[in-house]
Amino acid sequence: MSLAPVGTGHYLVLSAALLAIGCAGLLLRRNVIVILMSIELMLNAVNINLVAFSGHWRHVTGQVFAIFVITVAVAEAAVGLGILIALFRNRGTVLADEIDLLKW
Amino acid sequence: MDDALFYIFAAITLTGAVLTITRRNPVHCALALIFSLLGVAGLFLLQAAEFLFAAQILLYVGGVMVLFLFTIMLLHLEDAVKLRRYSRQWPVAVAALGAVLLELCVFIQTGVAGLPPRPAERMNLTGNTERIGDALFRQFSLPFEAASLLLLVAIVGAVWTAKKKDEVAE
Repeated sequence: MSLAPVGTGHYLVLSAALLAIGCAGLLLRRNVIVILMSIELMLNAVNINLVAFSGHWRHVTGQVFAIFVITVAVAEAAVGLGILIALFRNRGTVLADEIDLLKW
Repeated sequence: MDDALFYIFAAITLTGAVLTITRRNPVHCALALIFSLLGVAGLFLLQAAEFLFAAQILLYVGGVMVLFLFTIMLLHLEDAVKLRRYSRQWPVAVAALGAVLLELCVFIQTGVAGLPPRPAERMNLTGNTERIGDALFRQFSLPFEAASLLLLVAIVGAVWTAKKKDEVAE
């Protein structure tokens, strides 16, 4: 089996696959903790993309953007898990389809 | 050698990701996600992004995942583990996912063909961390300060939301 030499395109395909897996987890799972983990997967897919293009253009801006993405991901995880704890205390469940207070 | 490493790290990343969204127990999901994030860190290293490699391991594997595991162990999830894993609206989800995948395939197919070749390696480059620090504190100093404000708001918000409400009244 012969494979083409790894270029930027390979990284893009990998990142698209990771984004699709994260998207599947986000849409399909019921457990809110796993949904938050899927969001982390999708953010990592974006980071792979940014770093691949940063390597392609030999320019550091993509990596700086990846740092900002990591910052936002950390903030999102902290606030999301805080909300999750408050939610579990009030409703006693972490299943996304049982939290339907705003549904009409 | 680099090609082989790429395929190894890609396999680790994708296997970890698939295990993350299919395992029943959230603790197993978190452990699989740690493997996936380590694979991503390896890919950063292959792209010569050493600073991001360190940040990925310190922040994600050391910080965020510990936070996830603490939360999982704080909540009593034994009941949720026994129930259905997947949402009832899965046909809609699969259709949306197919649309996203199709779109990504089209964009990558058309985009990679039109991608210009890599520019030549510039001489006398400084280290990766120096260059990132330079860009961060000169060109991107305003977004950097905004990010620090965001982190402050996130800390206060996380503490306030996770707090018991009768403690607020006291």
